[in-house]
Amino acid sequence: MAILVIAEHDNTSIKAATLNAVSAAAKIGGELHLLVAGSACAEAAQAAARIAGVSKVLVADAAHYADQLPENLSALVVAQAAAYSHILAAATTSGKNFMPRVAALLDVAQVSEIIGVVAPDTFVRPIYAGNVVATVQSSDPIKVVTVRATAFEAAGEGGSAAVESLPAGPDLALARLVGRELTKSERPDLTAARVVIAGGRGLGNGENFHKLIEPLADKLGAAIGASRAAVDAGFVPNDYQVGQTGKIVAPQLYIAVGISGAIQHLAGMKDSKVIVAINKDAEAPIFQVADYGLVGDLFEVLPALLAELG
Amino acid sequence: MKILVPVKRVVDYNVKVRVKPDGSDVDLANVKMSMNPFDEIAVEQAVRLKEAGVASEVVVVSAGVANCQETLRTAMATGADRGILIQTDGELQPLAVARLLKAVCEKEQPQIVFCGKQAIDDDANQTGQMLAGLLNWPQATFVSKVAVAGDQATVTREIDSGLETVEVRLPAVLTADLRLNEPRYATLPNIMKAKKKPLETLTPAALGVDVTARLKTLKVAEPAKRTAGIKVADAADLVLKLKTEAKVI
Repeated sequence: MAILVIAEHDNTSIKAATLNAVSAAAKIGGELHLLVAGSACAEAAQAAARIAGVSKVLVADAAHYADQLPENLSALVVAQAAAYSHILAAATTSGKNFMPRVAALLDVAQVSEIIGVVAPDTFVRPIYAGNVVATVQSSDPIKVVTVRATAFEAAGEGGSAAVESLPAGPDLALARLVGRELTKSERPDLTAARVVIAGGRGLGNGENFHKLIEPLADKLGAAIGASRAAVDAGFVPNDYQVGQTGKIVAPQLYIAVGISGAIQHLAGMKDSKVIVAINKDAEAPIFQVADYGLVGDLFEVLPALLAELG
Repeated sequence: MKILVPVKRVVDYNVKVRVKPDGSDVDLANVKMSMNPFDEIAVEQAVRLKEAGVASEVVVVSAGVANCQETLRTAMATGADRGILIQTDGELQPLAVARLLKAVCEKEQPQIVFCGKQAIDDDANQTGQMLAGLLNWPQATFVSKVAVAGDQATVTREIDSGLETVEVRLPAVLTADLRLNEPRYATLPNIMKAKKKPLETLTPAALGVDVTARLKTLKVAEPAKRTAGIKVADAADLVLKLKTEAKVI
């Protein structure tokens, strides 16, 4: 039986994390279909058809799928489920929202945020903030799985899948989107950036955060992240948070500035290739995972670093 | 309006868990247990809605071993009115918990079920969404702000790209994110008072729910550890090492 991956999109393009979910599906093996549910989403469907490895794109185009709210989206997925052995989506805030609803409606378990595929019914996933990894086997007829994007390569382009349209389900009218306040940034996406520079409570306030972190991010072409403490204190918006319950990142270079390194933060960044920690407290736990540690006052170190980078 | 808040007893968030030598499970012997932090936030919000005159009763429910009573008492010490324990010694996975909660909802008829967005032990992030699906109710997950008016809740959600506001028709399932509120501490007089609040004990069998696990844990392991690297002297040294040694800039 085939595998169905639910695409996350903005009706014109496919979100990057979906490409990682496609790679996870390819590891499971089998024919791969992608579902694009949206409104006036033909462009997103065309983009989906170009993803390597996808043999068919199913498109459900209706006004009540415009915002991909979980109630209508889940019902649509469930209506297609009987033809599939696996249903996958990226473990983004969207995937985490609708996929458990799909699983419950199918009366099957969900395997959350997998980081490895052992067999078509057996997956590896982190528990306890990533301090433990569990290998779990599903006995359900349909496997509903969310995928941690950083654990799988992004699928490439070059596919030419058939695009097939699906009849839309009824509008359940249980919920309505009022609006979205999206953070606008010219910088790379936090979860896909090659370099991430993240700030913590040590920066003291939002003004310092912007004044000291942003020029460095500009210099390095980096995305900006933050610890929970920095977000809670209002230095930066919620979508900057890296950690167990925020974003999971695994860049080539992660620079932690004024972040002590609570296990909940480490859970979100410890798979980075190279970790740099800058902190005035030599005993801070962040140094235990850092490849390069610099003990010092960040208010002196960061301007010096900027100067060194020329 | 009644609000139901499911609470889970989990390993305290400050504890670093260890894997049993045989790799069968994590070792929970003599480990400090607490209420799941996200559930504390959900309890706090329900109590605030009661204090604001929106809700009339806050009922907390927990599924698991007899000691989950402590978790329920903690919730009652911070303002919940009564507790329900669904007692069972076996492993409970999110789908089983959602099915138990559905049975409780059918009995209690709450207008809002306020869950924590995820438990910090299994990190599954499923139960609230599953419950909403089983009840065919709307859901709003990762909530950072909520306002209830009439038969509708207007909810701000934390999403990957910022914030989203949705209106859901009640009854609905909401799940609490970190920044919804800062939970209060239980005072000693309230802890004493909580001991006298009603606590009903049920079983999965009495609710007619099969809680058989669908996922089998084959093994658990500790991930490859990162080892601490080196300390660099200053910014110049750091840039040099990143350029010539790590070759990442």
